[in-house]
Amino acid sequence: MSRLDDYKEVAPKGSIDFLKRLADKIEGKGILHINSTKLGGGVAEILRSLVPLLEDVGLKARWEVISGNEEFFSATKGFHNALQGQEQRISPGMLRTYQEVNRGNAQSLSFDSDFVIIHDPQPAALIDYRSSKSKWIWRCHIDISRPQWKVWNFLRQFVVKYDAAIFSLPRFAQRLPIPQFLIYPSIDPLSDKNRDLSAAEQEEILSRLNISTDKPILLQVSRFDRFKDPLGVIQAYRLVKRHHDVQLVLAGGGATDDPEGEVVLSEVREAARDDPDIRILLLPPDAHMEINALQRAATIVLQKSLREGFGLTVAEAMWKGKPVIGGFVGGITVQLVYGVTGFTVNSVEGAAFRIHYLLDNSEIMAKMGEDAREYVRRNFLITRHLGDYLALMNFFGN
Amino acid sequence: MNKKIAEHPFLFTGCWELREMLGRSARDEQQLLEAIEEIPLDSIYYHTHSFFLRHKYIAGPYPNDFATWAAIQVRDRVLGEKLGILDPYDFESLESLRAEIVTIIEEHLSQLQIIPRAIYGEPFHFMQSRIIEVPTGLRARTLTEFREILAGIDASVVYYHTFEAILRLGRRKGDFALWIEEQLGLPELAKKISLLDPYRTSLESIRHRIIKLCDEVMEKRAYI
Repeated sequence: MSRLDDYKEVAPKGSIDFLKRLADKIEGKGILHINSTKLGGGVAEILRSLVPLLEDVGLKARWEVISGNEEFFSATKGFHNALQGQEQRISPGMLRTYQEVNRGNAQSLSFDSDFVIIHDPQPAALIDYRSSKSKWIWRCHIDISRPQWKVWNFLRQFVVKYDAAIFSLPRFAQRLPIPQFLIYPSIDPLSDKNRDLSAAEQEEILSRLNISTDKPILLQVSRFDRFKDPLGVIQAYRLVKRHHDVQLVLAGGGATDDPEGEVVLSEVREAARDDPDIRILLLPPDAHMEINALQRAATIVLQKSLREGFGLTVAEAMWKGKPVIGGFVGGITVQLVYGVTGFTVNSVEGAAFRIHYLLDNSEIMAKMGEDAREYVRRNFLITRHLGDYLALMNFFGN
Repeated sequence: MNKKIAEHPFLFTGCWELREMLGRSARDEQQLLEAIEEIPLDSIYYHTHSFFLRHKYIAGPYPNDFATWAAIQVRDRVLGEKLGILDPYDFESLESLRAEIVTIIEEHLSQLQIIPRAIYGEPFHFMQSRIIEVPTGLRARTLTEFREILAGIDASVVYYHTFEAILRLGRRKGDFALWIEEQLGLPELAKKISLLDPYRTSLESIRHRIIKLCDEVMEKRAYI
């Protein structure tokens, strides 16, 4: 487990001491995070790094997880999809289950803390059991810019009872009578996915994955999902391949809960057929070191999404000093400063054009990678995320 | 050896910006104009001055959010350029800055037949700043100490003592220049620092320039 001082080597100059000062006025205060899982998913990944750092600056930090039965999680999965815009049928029974499970959790959890941060929709109804002395904040990690309104209006009745809400992008904000703050998610530079790798580690992993570095590598790390546009990436690669002898690596997990994922994967395999320079890697969810090694080996990283939540794989690649070419969607647009830390594109041709441009201009590519890393250092590391929470606690009183 | 010790030390203060969303957005330049006329001044501040707090290391292609949105999201580079050249330092108050932005957009729109709109790009989302002051506990009594602390401190300190001091706290020269002039008796150095235009660069670049100016004076005066 990393301590705050461990980040001194990677965080911006002076920022670790500054974070400690930011925590001075709220020293000893309690902050309780509640979400729905300890394992898997971006929220748990962030809390695993963040909670020890909150403790390290002198707060009483706790992390609790709600429990629920299959019916509950099936209902909240439906909510999740509906809030992200998919058509879902939510029955009155599902709404009842949601509230009952939250009530049960409220009886078993202690909310004795100065600040209670509720993550995502699953535990949002716990607000009905709040005590008046705490500040309650709803932290929404998902894209609710185009929700199924019936589900949002159900959830909204709980959200308006909070003292504030936090979203990851301005366009996720809703019409709410409470203050809404913008806090970007973050990556942990000391985690297995992002820490420096020794040459031996890197070599061992690439050799195990049977990836050669003889040719420049174009890499996209993402699920095999239409919104990530893997077929568009192959088309862009083919346009580039006419002039540059490159290889393409598409690395991602199998989408176990997404039947369409299998279809997309077989389409990708079909499109890549007969081309030995296209590699498709199916990686397990815990393949952090493998992703790390691939991103470090890449020449250019692509994230050619057609729709995206925040897209932290972009920041991960930027942190490794790689220029990234990403779709002009979601959080990719805030991570890529056009022409400075990467390029956003709107088409297959645009992606190919920018890959060509970078391959033809190695000095620009190197400078862009350098700037990308610095941009992440200042904006998308867990230390910045810690600062945002400390500032929020300062704002709400100390 | 000339090493003046200040009677009152320089107290380094930094800041953290909480970003609050106003829940208002604009899809075209007319909507942008109408919203700019109505939003709180803290929102004008967010999209112009504190842009630099969010771009500490890299100066973006345009130096404020309005210009960036017009040029990148709407793809109206003409308005982007007109707003990009705007120097918020030239305005006594945020209200006068708002009036100038409104004038620029009104004039631009009056010359067009069609209102430019973000067709492929994102709408403009209005935000406002909540600045939390953070005393660092660090203090300098000499130019040498000042230079050493400045070199290693969080970049928000540079922001607080230049942008924040000048605009919101009304200290037109900025805190660094004021202290160096009044406490160290170095008016020339103070003048050079006060003439640095933060709107043409990034916070890190401003920090480096101030350090370089201090080094020059220390060399000349055999400071240790």
